[in-house]
Amino acid sequence: MKSSVITFPGSNCDRDMDVALKKFGFNNKMVWHNDNELPKSDLVVLPGGFSYGDYLRCGSMASKSKIMQSVINFAKSGGLVMGICNGFQILVESGLVPGVLLRNKYLEFICKNVFVKIENKDNPYFKNLDKDIFEFHIAHNEGNYFCTGDQLKEIEDNNQVAIYYCNNNGKTEEKFNPNGSLKNIAGIFNKEKNVLGMMPHPERMIDKSLSGEDGSLFFKNLINNIR
Amino acid sequence: MKVSAVITLKKDVLDPQGKVIQQALDGMGFKDINEIRQGKYFEIDVKENDPKKAHKIVEDMCKKLLANLVIEDYKIIGTN
Repeated sequence: MKSSVITFPGSNCDRDMDVALKKFGFNNKMVWHNDNELPKSDLVVLPGGFSYGDYLRCGSMASKSKIMQSVINFAKSGGLVMGICNGFQILVESGLVPGVLLRNKYLEFICKNVFVKIENKDNPYFKNLDKDIFEFHIAHNEGNYFCTGDQLKEIEDNNQVAIYYCNNNGKTEEKFNPNGSLKNIAGIFNKEKNVLGMMPHPERMIDKSLSGEDGSLFFKNLINNIR
Repeated sequence: MKVSAVITLKKDVLDPQGKVIQQALDGMGFKDINEIRQGKYFEIDVKENDPKKAHKIVEDMCKKLLANLVIEDYKIIGTN
């Protein structure tokens, strides 16, 4: 299975993602933002970081970079595109998933482990996972998911919420919401479910020494789903 | 020709930075504030001398990059 990780100027989780993808069997290539063409891929990942220094709005400049036209075409033809953290911000700015990511409600950079609940497994990313609650790491300043009332209705009607912030028992109450996100939303799909954007970093949980292995479960399952 | 554009958050979008600035000013003795909303200001020198055309170019920039219309409004405030 072939994957591509796009490196933008200021990306800093691209190599972590490369390590994670390779560990679970992907033949991964790193792709520079200024390239025009994507290598043949089964999965494209927009990694975390601070692309273009977060200038203007997080992800806004990266969403207009050269490679993104190929990524958008790949997504529109049904290819799997996953954006993590800053990658999620790039996805919303490019219009591949609905909504925006605002500054965290309490204006703090948040760096900690959180629990998230998978609501719907009818998609290539989560199908066949045998649990619903995962412990992942978040590290962001702008992860406060927001969209208009009309967009929210459409998102909910189409089961586009990928994951919600919750506690270890899967309760999705406001007190388990780290950043003020609308309805505790931590990740969103596009309508077709081939594009996934989420704030948590599964690539940071792929080894016991990295405080958890829930990311390993996610990546092992993902490659099996794609095969 | 120079064209200026101001980008502000839409009314129903929370602006935590504006709130904190308001609290700080209040603490400094500025007690007469109803609300503060923080925005962005752009001064763009375009290679176009016709005000209408220059306005149109900057409007296009606002729609495509400078503003995110889900949460922000733009206003072009003058050409000279």
